[in-house]
Order: sequence, then C-alpha cells, then structure tokens
Amino acid sequence: MTGLLSVILWLPVAGALALLVVPRDRLAALRGVALGTALADLAAACWAVGALDRAHAGTLQLVEQVSWIPSIGISYHLGVDGLSLPLVVLTALLVVLCVIYSWRVDVRVKEYMIVLLLLESGMIGVFLALDLFLFYVFWEVSLIPMYFLIAIWGGPRRAYASTKFFLYTLAASLAMLLSILVVYLHATPRTFDLPALVAQHPLAGDLPLAALAFWGFFLGFGVKVPLVPFHTWLPDAYAEAPTSGSVLLAGVMSKLGAYGFIRIALPLLPEAFRPMAELVAVLAVIGAVYGALVATAQTDLKRLIAYSSVGHLGYVMLGVAAAAAAGSNVQAATIALTGATLLMVAHGIITGALFFLAGVLGDGEARTRNLTEFGGLGARLPVFTGMTMLVMLASLGLPGLVGFVAEFLIFLGAFQIYPVLTVLALAGVVLTVAYLLWAISRLFFGPLNTRWAALPDMDGRELWAVVPLGALMVLFGVFPRPLVDVINHAMVGILSLVR
Amino acid sequence: MNAQLILPELLLGGLGLGLVVLELCTAPEEKWIVGWVAVVGLLIVLVPSAALLAGAPRTAFAGTYAVDPFAALFKLIAVVSGLLVVLSAMEFFRGRPSAHEGETYALIVFLVLGLAAMAAATDLIVLFLAIEFVSLISYVLAGSLKSDRKSSEAGVKYFFYGAAASAAMVYGFSLLYGAGGTTNLVQLGRALAALPTPFVVVGSVLVLAGLGFKTSLVPFHQWTPDVYEGAPTPVAALLSVGSKAAAFAALLRVFEVALPPAAWVPILAALAAVTMSLGNLAALAQQNIKRMLAYSSIAQAGYMLIGVVALAASPTPIGAGTGALLYYLMAYVFTNVGAFCVVIVVERALGSDAIRDYAGLAQRAPWTALAMAVFMLSLTGVPPTALFWGKFNLFAAALQSGFGWLAIVGILNSAASFYYYAGVVRVMYAQSPADPSPLPEDGLVRTVLGLTVAGTLVLGVFPEPFVRLAQTASILLRP
Repeated sequence: MTGLLSVILWLPVAGALALLVVPRDRLAALRGVALGTALADLAAACWAVGALDRAHAGTLQLVEQVSWIPSIGISYHLGVDGLSLPLVVLTALLVVLCVIYSWRVDVRVKEYMIVLLLLESGMIGVFLALDLFLFYVFWEVSLIPMYFLIAIWGGPRRAYASTKFFLYTLAASLAMLLSILVVYLHATPRTFDLPALVAQHPLAGDLPLAALAFWGFFLGFGVKVPLVPFHTWLPDAYAEAPTSGSVLLAGVMSKLGAYGFIRIALPLLPEAFRPMAELVAVLAVIGAVYGALVATAQTDLKRLIAYSSVGHLGYVMLGVAAAAAAGSNVQAATIALTGATLLMVAHGIITGALFFLAGVLGDGEARTRNLTEFGGLGARLPVFTGMTMLVMLASLGLPGLVGFVAEFLIFLGAFQIYPVLTVLALAGVVLTVAYLLWAISRLFFGPLNTRWAALPDMDGRELWAVVPLGALMVLFGVFPRPLVDVINHAMVGILSLVR
Repeated sequence: MNAQLILPELLLGGLGLGLVVLELCTAPEEKWIVGWVAVVGLLIVLVPSAALLAGAPRTAFAGTYAVDPFAALFKLIAVVSGLLVVLSAMEFFRGRPSAHEGETYALIVFLVLGLAAMAAATDLIVLFLAIEFVSLISYVLAGSLKSDRKSSEAGVKYFFYGAAASAAMVYGFSLLYGAGGTTNLVQLGRALAALPTPFVVVGSVLVLAGLGFKTSLVPFHQWTPDVYEGAPTPVAALLSVGSKAAAFAALLRVFEVALPPAAWVPILAALAAVTMSLGNLAALAQQNIKRMLAYSSIAQAGYMLIGVVALAASPTPIGAGTGALLYYLMAYVFTNVGAFCVVIVVERALGSDAIRDYAGLAQRAPWTALAMAVFMLSLTGVPPTALFWGKFNLFAAALQSGFGWLAIVGILNSAASFYYYAGVVRVMYAQSPADPSPLPEDGLVRTVLGLTVAGTLVLGVFPEPFVRLAQTASILLRP
C-alpha cells in the first residue's frame, strides 16, 4: 500500500496544524486533538507492521519515491525494513503515552502539544528517510521542537541545558552534513539516494577520504547516541527536560544516532568503519562502564537514569562496532547487530517507562526526585513500587524481561570479535545491577519518611502511560521471537550490503 | 536602441519622479497614499524585470550596460526588497508623524533604480556612477530622522566612511584603466589576463575597498553596527539586503569578468573566513537587536563571499558555485527584511531595541514571535528554511572547488551563530514578560511578515525552481 509511510510521517504535522486553530483556552479540545492524532499515527504504524512482508524484512518495503529537487539528485524517498519499522512503532507509541502523561501540563498547552507532534514527525522522518538529504533535514528538524520543549517547559536550568543540547548536536550534525556532501560529490551519477549510494560505494577507492567522511558521520551520530566523550550535554538535557521530553530524548532521539551508524555508516563506508571499529568499541565499553559508575553516584533519579542510558547505549554501540569489525564472521556480526537493534527498542521501552516513573515523583505531589529523601515507599505506594521494580529489573537485564534477550545477543556476538572488551563491558552490567538495586532499596525499603505519609499512589493517567510499556517488557521478554526474527532479517540484509 | 531593454529602469525613474510630485500634493497626514502608490508602482516594475530573465544576454548604451538574466535577477531582488521595505516603512511611520515620510518612499524607489543599475553596469564609469547614486541616497536616508541624534550620527558616519571607500575604489578603477586601456569590463578582462600580477593586485584591493564597504566585509565593516542602529529601521533593512545584493552583483561582475582570478581569489578566501568569524564573534555579545542584526549581516556577507570564491575557482559555465550565491541573496532578502520588520513592530510597541525587552513576546504577540523564530532559524541555517538551502549550496560549492577549509570554517561559524540567534528565540519563548499585555499585530505587519515567512519557507522547501533560476542567471558576459 503506497502512501502509508507518508501518512505516518505527516499525520502529526496535520494534527499540529489543526491545533493552531483551536483556541488556547479550550484545554480539553487541545488535548483531545493531540491524543487523537497520536493514536491515529500509532494505528497507522501498526498497520504498516501488518503490511510488512516479514519474511523479507531485510529488503526495503512500502517504498515511496518522488522527485523533489531533481537538479541535484534529491528525492523524497521513504521506506521501511525490519530495522526502522520497530523504531517507528516505538516512537508512535511513546508519543501517545507522552500525550497521556502530559494531561497534567497546564502551562501553554497549545504550544506544548504542537511541539510534541512536530517532534514526532521529525523523528519518524529520520527513520523513514532513504535519501541522505531528506535524512539530514529531518535530523535537524527534530532538534527544533526538542529545543523548545526543554527551553520552555524544562526545569530550573532549562536555558543552559537547551542551548548546550542544541549547540552540541548542531555542530556535530553540520560535520555530518560535510560528510554527506563529500559522499555526494564523489558519486557518479551524483545522487543523495541512500540505496543508490550504497550500491555505488563512491568512496571505496579512496580510503583517506572515506576515513574523513566517516569521521563526519561519526561525530554526527556519536554526539546523538552519545558516545563518551561527547556525552556531557546528556545529563543536563535529560534532567532539565520535562518528563515527556526526557522520555523522547532517551527513548527515541538517542536511537537516531545508533540508527545512523547501522543504516548509513555501516553499509556506505564499511572499509572506513572497519579500521575505526576498535576505537568505537573501546569508547562504547568506556561508556558502558563509566556510565554505570557515574550512575551509582547520582542522587537525582533522572540523572541516574540519564547515566544509565549512557551505559546501555554503550552496549548498543559495542554490538554495532563488533559487526563493523567482523569481516568474514558474518554470523557473529548478525547476532551482535540484532542484539544492538533489539536493545535499542528495549531501551526505548524501559527508559521511557523509567522517566515516566521519575516524573510520577518529580512532577507529582512529592515535587522531588532526590533519592536520599525517600525510603519506605514500598508499603505506602504498592502500585508505584510494583511498576518501578518491574521496570528497573528489566533495565538491569533480568531474564524473562526484554532487556535480557537484547544484551545476551550483543554479548554473544561481540565476544567472538572483541573477547576482552566484552568481558570488560560485563563489568558495566554488574554495576548496573548494583545501582538499580540500590535505588530500589533507597526508594522503597527502610523506614518511611513521614513527609510522604500522605503521598498518593499513581493515578489513572500515570498508569495509562506506564502499564503498556510494562506489558511490552514482559511480552517481548517471554516471547521475543517475532521481533527478533524481523530484526534479524533486516540485519542479514544490511550486512549483505557490507562488502 | 530598443527602449524595452531598459523599461524597468525607465519605469522606476518615472515612478520616483511621480512620487516626488505626489508628495508635494498630499497633506502631512495622508502620506500613506505616497507609500501605496510606491508599492503598486514597484509591483508593476516586477513584470518587465521578470520578462528580461528569459532573453539572451545583450548590452545597451554602447556596451556599457548589460541586459542579461544576471542583471534581471538582481533587478527583481532590488525591486522585491524595495517593495517589502516600503511596506515596513509605512508601518514604521504609522502614528509617528514626520515631515519626510513621503520623500522617504520616493528615495527608496530611486535607491532601487540605483541598485538595478549597479548590477547591470559593465563599464567602470557607469558602475561608479551607479554606486555613487546609491551611496548619496543612502546617506540621506540613513540620516533622515533629523531630530534623532543617533540617526544624524549614522548619516554622517556613513557618509565619511563611504566617501573614503569610494575614493579608494575610483583610484583602483583608474589603475585598472591605466593597465588595460579601457573601461569596458569585458575588454578589460582580455587586456588584464596577460598583465603582471602585482599591479593588478593593488588595483583589485583598492576596488575591493569600495565594494567591500557596501557589502560590509571585514575590514571595511566598521560603519555597519552604528548605521544600522541609528538609521530608521526600514532603511537599515534596505541597506542590509538591497545594497548588499547589488554590491555583490558588482563584485561578481568586476572580479569574475575583468580581473584574473589568481590576483584576488586567495585574498577573498581569507577575507571570507575573517569576515564570518569576526561578525559572529562580535554578534555574540550584542544586547541591541539592531546591532546584533548588523554583526549578523557582516557574518552573512562572509558566507556569501564563499560563493564568489567558489565561482572563480571553477570557471566553467555551470560549475561549482554557480547560482549558490545568487540563491543565497534571494533567500536572504526575505529572511532579513522579515527580521527587521519584527524589529519595527517591537520598536513601535515598546520603544525599545534591547533584546531583553523581547521577553515573553511569544505570549504578547504570538504571530510576530513565531515569524521571528523562523527568521532566526533561517539565519542559523536550520532546515527547512531558505538560508539552510543557501548554506548547503555554498558549502557544496566550496568543497567542490577545493576550498574545503572554507566550508569547515563556515560550519563552525554556523554552529556558533546559533548561540545568539537562539538567544532571541529563547528570550521570546522561554522568559516571561514583565507586562503580559498583548501587543498590536495588525494588517500591514501581518502582510509583510506573512510574505517574508512564506518566502523563507517556500525557498526552503521547494527550492528547485529558484535553484534553476539562480543557475541560469549566474552566467556572466565574459571575455
């Protein structure tokens, strides 16, 4: 069915335009239109799942291609495969939950919902675009609403955090733009079309130039992931953003970087990626261990989750780097890359839920996220306690929940390529267990701080935001097969392009 | 000679004279009639100017005046900027009685005529006359708020800098004439191709002083912030887009056609890097929106210069850089006039140009703030806006012509510039206003802002026809 992807892409923009004409004091109407749009978009994304030929998830499907700026070879080219579609569905789902969660936001609701929907289009556009130029446009466009989300609805240090976030990512993506131009200028015929460029391998004969181009992409994607040492914008942005901003930053935006490595850097510049893969792997392992170490020292729950994200994305990048370095060991590469993609999805689900739960404390009546001020909530808030423990256990990789499958596959694949680094990365897992259990004990066990004697448990809106994610964690933890199969097909397809 | 070739110029001249007469016949409170006549007249001039885009390159007045797509495109740029500036000037003067309102409209039309002539001149003498015509009108316009000390200061400062720059330029012209024995640019190009370089370099640098003054290139930029701050805001807008565009047209004509690239490409490449870096660095610290836009326009001139350098480095008819600069200038008209129009709105309502007084503008005047956000993002070069495409083309041209380092400098500057452009956005959206009462955003403002936002977005999202237009228009008459 052609046109479906365009519907998924532009529906949120249409919703945002519709919101423009709704009067700003009609809060119910504003929220209703936003929720309706987000739900419709999720439905469209699920329809795309149904329309996908899952046995051939490695080839790009539902493709749409329309000439856009023919004089320099730019087209509006969309398509999905087993790599991008799960991420698109994840994005649509998280936006729905963000709208539900944000029912309580009453400051400038109209702008808030518009920004949220524009953000959704921008992020989905990055996953759907198959033209490098289009990819870049969406990559940048998705920054603007996120900037506003942090700058307007963020915490006390929002001005600093939003500017830092935008400056880091803008500088890095401009470096990527140069690389895109270098690739374009060396292609014959000149084109920005990604499949065509991958088939051409324009820089294959010029390794120094390919390495230079790779560094541009590396910066662009690496800052977004973020890889250590480009991560310093992240704790500020995650901690100062409003809850929905943190959810989408951690749940989706950090995946854009890893997605870029898999979709673009790996197939387009394999000969340049291979020699650098070890460096990427080292940075990834440093990130995994360092992120976990710093997380153990955090008292702000949101900062703890932020650093835990740095750690988890370290595993993702370890998988990607292992696949880039694998060479003839295609099987190990496939396993590592499948695990990496699966962890991207799993991390989106888990971290999204974690930030919602942090929001329950921070935005709710407690008004604080400082772990040292809590204790003994277990008896007081049974529902919140249960959900948080489920999500945190999923985050530390408990078997039977979704994170385990993904991490296991990554380590299985990466161990065959980088045995020492993989063992070091496992130290990060141990630390992750430590800080999460510690957080659980500080929140829920011990004597109840009398300040919280009257703290209400999660309300319906909060439950609606978290429970679907919890259900998915269990579902894909027990029954990961369909998701793994689809991703696996896609990874086989992408690795077959790596020559 | 066929009068049709210079029909736009004839119409502009007639319109300007007509406005002077009309000005005399209207009562002080009815000067808006003069403004509307100017708007309608400029709209009419667009038609014959656009018709010239299609024709083959020709010359008029014995080879001294080009009638080619290049000149036609710059006529369009001049007329469109004049149009937008007259509209925003009518907004500027509304409720602010001035004895010179009608004359301002007439002078703007004459200025447009001068800008059109600058882009078309293919002879050093005609070019000098056109530049002086533009300069004299600009001095008067900059100082036209006679009771305002800053405006008078702007006029005087602009005059002294301008006179010195013109003197240097005309000396440069005389050196080139001495070397080549002709004032015709095409013949000069043939004659100078064989000449020893140092002499031509001296001539080039002197000419650059004059044209660099008009385009606000470092080190000829010092007048820019003071004049932008003091001059009536619509005049500052016109100087920042119209004069700059026409001066770049003259720069292209003289340097690409008449002077051997080896004599000036390294100098201009270095100036481009210095201009964008210095402009951006100075803009970071500005507290006044007009001074910020002045330094921003200096930095933008640096980006534009990349296009001149890239074009010279690959002299094939359609090669690197072809059209990149012209596209950028088109896009810049909409974005920058729009930004100045927002300044006019805020100035009228609050009587202030301080950036901190923009606090909470998003709540007080939501459409104006949204428009300003679009312009600021465009100036930064964020898609899907017009100047993103402009920068994309410029950087591609630089990479393609072997000036990768200029592209890298440009990119670092673009990232840094976000800081001060976004500063305005942050103040408007993230800070709460001291006084939350809504500000007026009525008819004329909406028209100008609507036009400029539409221009900024359409050029950014559907650039194809404009890219083609810029490519066809950037083929110069060459020896």
